[in-house]
Amino acid sequence: MIWNSFSDFLNMGGYGLYVWGSYGVTLVVMVIEPLLARRRLHNARQAAARENSV
Amino acid sequence: MNYLAQQPGLRWSTFSAPSRFYALAGLCVPWMWAACVLLAVAGLYVGLFLAPTDATQHDAYRVIFIHVPAALLSMLIYLVMAFWAAWGWIFNARMASMYARALAPTGAVLTFITLWTGSLWGKPTWGTWWVWDARITSYFILLLLYIGYIALTEAIDDVRRSAHAGALLALVGVVNIPIIYFSVRWWNTLHQGQTIKMTGTSMEQTMRLSMWLMMFSFWAYTFAMAFTRSRAIVLEQEADTEWVKALSTEKGFNPAGTKP
Repeated sequence: MIWNSFSDFLNMGGYGLYVWGSYGVTLVVMVIEPLLARRRLHNARQAAARENSV
Repeated sequence: MNYLAQQPGLRWSTFSAPSRFYALAGLCVPWMWAACVLLAVAGLYVGLFLAPTDATQHDAYRVIFIHVPAALLSMLIYLVMAFWAAWGWIFNARMASMYARALAPTGAVLTFITLWTGSLWGKPTWGTWWVWDARITSYFILLLLYIGYIALTEAIDDVRRSAHAGALLALVGVVNIPIIYFSVRWWNTLHQGQTIKMTGTSMEQTMRLSMWLMMFSFWAYTFAMAFTRSRAIVLEQEADTEWVKALSTEKGFNPAGTKP
């Protein structure tokens, strides 16, 4: 472990904005994309089931 | 699932049938997500808690653990996408064209992440968010190529014409990949040369380990995304076929949904 405290960790030697700005946006984007893809698959299944039920 | 069992004698072309691809991809997705999360946890632990502070860039360098994996993968995904798009065009293989389309949004997302993290890394180390240097400009063109490919294939309703047009655009865009890769050597501009080389490296061991773990995590993410999205595309394009009709009446076909 290289950090002395949690606030030390968050501060990232003064570069917290840049480091957490990078990791934060990456995380958000990589959570949104799978949710969108899952919704697309869900909609495709709904459509297929609907089409073939009549 | 029984689409797998129905087919004895696996051949290289077995999974080029959309029905079998749909079943196999569905089996793979949970494992890909598990690999993605486990590798990311390990990679972030090594990168944020074990890797020492860099002597010249201090802690700002830690952006590298997502910047470089995202950059390498977004270039690799483009080549794979162009390959399958071309394959689908030349051999009129539906599954290949669908898989190429499934890769594009993930490639665009990773290209965006590369540009975003690069910008946030550039500010403290170079003193600027953005410059039109060779590497950054060619990377921006990569993002435009992905967006152009998605827009073009989505805009054409006819499945085969859409695949042909997309393949042509993807193939023309391949020329951009060596330009990106060699830009730091051909033009002496702001972006630095690569620090990972096949023989020897200028990086500390924990830094290298974290970067590889994150690279494989992003790789698993790409597979999970491409498989999920290509399954949706398969259902969208094959809705009228017998196998989708048979499948859609099976129990558990739409686990999250309400019956119509």
